[in-house]
Amino acid sequence: MTSPIRAAYFEGFRSGIPFFLVIIPFGMLFGVVALDAGMALGQAMAMTMLVIAGASQFAALHMMADNAGVALVVSAALAVNLRMAMYSAALVPHLGAAPLWQRALVSYGNFDQTYAVSIAKYEERPDWTPREKSAFFLGVATPIIPAWGAASLVGALIGSGIPADWGLDFMLPITFISLIGPMLRTLPQVLTALASVIFGLIFSGLPSGTGLLLAGIIAMFVGALSEMAMERRAA
Amino acid sequence: MMNDPAKIWLIIALLGVGTYLIRFSFLGLIGDRPIPPFITRLLRFTPVAILPAMVAPLVIWPSATGGQTEPVRLIAALVTVVVGLTTRKVILSLVVGAVVFELGLHLL
Repeated sequence: MTSPIRAAYFEGFRSGIPFFLVIIPFGMLFGVVALDAGMALGQAMAMTMLVIAGASQFAALHMMADNAGVALVVSAALAVNLRMAMYSAALVPHLGAAPLWQRALVSYGNFDQTYAVSIAKYEERPDWTPREKSAFFLGVATPIIPAWGAASLVGALIGSGIPADWGLDFMLPITFISLIGPMLRTLPQVLTALASVIFGLIFSGLPSGTGLLLAGIIAMFVGALSEMAMERRAA
Repeated sequence: MMNDPAKIWLIIALLGVGTYLIRFSFLGLIGDRPIPPFITRLLRFTPVAILPAMVAPLVIWPSATGGQTEPVRLIAALVTVVVGLTTRKVILSLVVGAVVFELGLHLL
């Protein structure tokens, strides 16, 4: 690596470290909940390293424990990850000219934290070449991915020692709620969440997973349409 | 489901490949072609649209109590939402919610 690229990589690496605060507790929690739900250690580790997207992993666990079919488990968990298509698109102007192998690696490490910190840095450094930009991105991912895997492993190993009367089943909903709260920054987001709750409850009697997808689709439209209505009013 | 390893492995593989393809989609395959604005809008709302629908029934009709609504779970869920909304801190609201839940479960 030539030195500006190396510098960008290490700058990214340093920006990745503070995320340990979020990554480690969540990774551990995933390990604990996965084994509690009945996954084998190898399965929990394979999922956590292949998917690297906590919310969708928790979603898949929940649906599996609920005996939903394979297609429904996968579609609900992938639906939670669809926002990453947007991240992928947003990176094209910055990394589109980087070599394919770099774009393939960046794609593996493209999740909420790496995306957010990199996009912010690219705005700050328009002088960077695509190579420097992808080095920065990979730098951010470098500490985060192993920490995520190690934390999941530790959680999976200690999880079985947690007493049954601690109500571990409820850690899953608490996890999701803690993810949702900070996402509700605008009125359309609040309306989306409310529609999601209401239709989630109304459809909860439908066969596992189908109610969730229906409620999710309706809530997405509530969000998008209310946002457009607000923009029209503001214009 | 949880006692059928083949199905679990199939889910892991499909979820891994599917998630990778979502991440690789524009950066690797589609390139610079613009996404229709309404689609971007819908995509932006996906987590907020899916996660609450998953959580609501678990909070109101928890399986651990045989579907009986239970005040401790409702209060812990509410506290988690309020801390998340006011502080915008994921881990803080997770920890506070979990502590409230465990205290309620063991002290009440």
